[in-house]
Amino acid sequence: MKSLAELAAIREQMKDKVALRTGSGAVRVVVGMATCGISAGARPVLNAFVEEVSKEGLTDKVMVTQTGCIGICQYEPVVEVFEDGKDKVTYVKMTAEKAKRVVEEHLKGGKPVGEYLIGNTKL
Amino acid sequence: MVRSHVLICGGTGCTSSGSASIREALAEQLAANGLDEEIKIVQTGCFGLCALGPIMIVYPEGTFYSRVTVEDIPEIVSEHLLKGRIVDRLVYNKSDEAGEDAAAHELHTSLNDTDFYKKQKRVALRNCGVINPEKIDEYIAMDGYFALAKVLTEMSREDVVQTLLDSGLRGRGGAGFPTGLKWKFAMGSTGKKYVCCNADEGDPGAFMDRSILEGDPHAVIEAMAIAGYAIGADEGFIYVRAEYPIAVHRLEVALKQAREYGLLGKNIFGTDFCFDIQLRLGAGAFVCGEETALMTSIEGKRGEPRPRPPFPAVKGLFEKPTILNNVETYANIPQIILKGAEWFASMGTEKSKGTKVFALGGKITNTGLVEVPMGTTLREVVEEIGGGIPNGKKFKAAQTGGPSGGCIPASLIDTPIDYDNLIAIGSMMGSGGLIVMDEDTCMVDLAKFFLEFTVDESCGKCAPCRIGTVRMLELLNKITEGKGEMEDLDKLEELAKYIKSASLCGLGQTAPNPVLSTLRYFRDEYEAHIKEKRCPAGVCKKLLSFSIDPEKCKGCTMCARVCPAGAISGTVRSPHTIDTAKCLKCGACIEKCKFGAISKK
Repeated sequence: MKSLAELAAIREQMKDKVALRTGSGAVRVVVGMATCGISAGARPVLNAFVEEVSKEGLTDKVMVTQTGCIGICQYEPVVEVFEDGKDKVTYVKMTAEKAKRVVEEHLKGGKPVGEYLIGNTKL
Repeated sequence: MVRSHVLICGGTGCTSSGSASIREALAEQLAANGLDEEIKIVQTGCFGLCALGPIMIVYPEGTFYSRVTVEDIPEIVSEHLLKGRIVDRLVYNKSDEAGEDAAAHELHTSLNDTDFYKKQKRVALRNCGVINPEKIDEYIAMDGYFALAKVLTEMSREDVVQTLLDSGLRGRGGAGFPTGLKWKFAMGSTGKKYVCCNADEGDPGAFMDRSILEGDPHAVIEAMAIAGYAIGADEGFIYVRAEYPIAVHRLEVALKQAREYGLLGKNIFGTDFCFDIQLRLGAGAFVCGEETALMTSIEGKRGEPRPRPPFPAVKGLFEKPTILNNVETYANIPQIILKGAEWFASMGTEKSKGTKVFALGGKITNTGLVEVPMGTTLREVVEEIGGGIPNGKKFKAAQTGGPSGGCIPASLIDTPIDYDNLIAIGSMMGSGGLIVMDEDTCMVDLAKFFLEFTVDESCGKCAPCRIGTVRMLELLNKITEGKGEMEDLDKLEELAKYIKSASLCGLGQTAPNPVLSTLRYFRDEYEAHIKEKRCPAGVCKKLLSFSIDPEKCKGCTMCARVCPAGAISGTVRSPHTIDTAKCLKCGACIEKCKFGAISKK
């Protein structure tokens, strides 16, 4: 290493990877990962969130984590977004594709994706 | 894509309670569940809460599991890591801290919520328990080596030294000499110079230097390179105890990685500055923590001190100007460079800036490492962070500074801890060992313990220390055996005065401190040993006598059966008696008696 730029490049590249450990996202994306959630396909959803959040450079703001059964198994995979001072947003019947849109429009754009919300979903 | 990090402590404390096998079991289980791509295991340095080890933290939630066993791993993987359900029974809770009934517990899922962490301010320990110490990239992610880059590209040597002077940083190894001043003296010398690091941590009970080396070795390496630039040295030595194998290993790995990245070696950051560091292992002699003895040992000679002056800044290692700082001192320096002298000076008291790491030990609930701003009171450290004294016992005193320091009695528990306050009350900061004692500790016995240590560790070069400490120990033995006379206390004080003023190095100059401070605050205990031939805490065996209360004794024969000396006699269902001539005073009978009928006085 011969320059400050090289050192800074390593820091940038590593920062996202250790940011996970600060555990201080202002926004929490919680994926239901009980048996019902997993069998309905929660794992790819979780992975898609982790990947997209990192790709969009949101790791210092957004924490992606998992939880147990929320109790609405027929709507799984369920994803909830918690943000300080705002109402909780609940997305249902999620897929990896939908997750990408939520990251883009909600987490980045600040506008929840209406059509995936629990109130707008019929079984 | 990694979504979760599982941090497992790889410090000496947790390693000895089995964290290595936990790491293996976890890796196996993750692979079996197909999670090895999503979840990363990170081996870290010490988290500080050694009493609760092995410790595991799961991020991003920050769930804090304590006392994890290999058997718990399948449950943690299938419940928490796979399904996101936190395993409550392993989560650290308040009852662990206070030693209370588990029913009344308050669950702390995150480490940062615990009383132990909330009150701390981690500067020297900031990366311990956060990064993997064997990965230089993780240190760089935490702004590592940016301080070195800053001094090499933006600051003059004078700027660096001035920043340290302004910060008010004082040596964390014991004496509290201003670090900037030390560097300034060395900067003024000419020719070949050396930078040394004192990692020969010798105080019984102190282990902060080991934890820093194990948890954040690059911080020390970076600071030494900064020191090299400031004083104009191109070579450094770290003198570390061979008894710290994990620390030695991590230092070796860190030095290799730093060289590979060109952060040590020739023309660092494309400047003219060249610097490299070598390790030297010490054999564990206490005196080698003294600066002149340490340097003599690095030179390959028997580790003995020499008179000062000349001070090392003028004539040190290989007779060249040298600076020697302690591990914890170095660990603060990159932060001071990056965040500025004002930031550092805003913490602490008027004459003691910044934070200090204490190794809490003895009769305390949370044994471990804590870092608090200077000026924090002993009460906050012991009661709030340390969780108080276990088993409902009362705080009697705390020993700071190990065998060179003294005790702080309960009446002074509200003293703000800094260098000058501790000296004023007859103790010293030392390296930061803090041993808590409850009412069951005999202060004469304590003084004897530390004096035995210094007698063992005296290098023998000068007579006051070699002979004087032995004479003092003989007097203490006499007192604890019930043969003491009141004149012995005067003799102890007189000897102490001469040893302090006539010894060659810090070891002898401070060796009488534990005796002097216990005499100052607990003279009544010495007098009880001498006048009444009694040990108030019930520790000094020669002064104890065991007896059975015939009212309480049910004649169960339990005591007679466990007595190794056959000193207890009696028949079934009638009170037993102890033959004091045969009694070894081992206390086995007291432990076995279900009726509390046996007492020692």
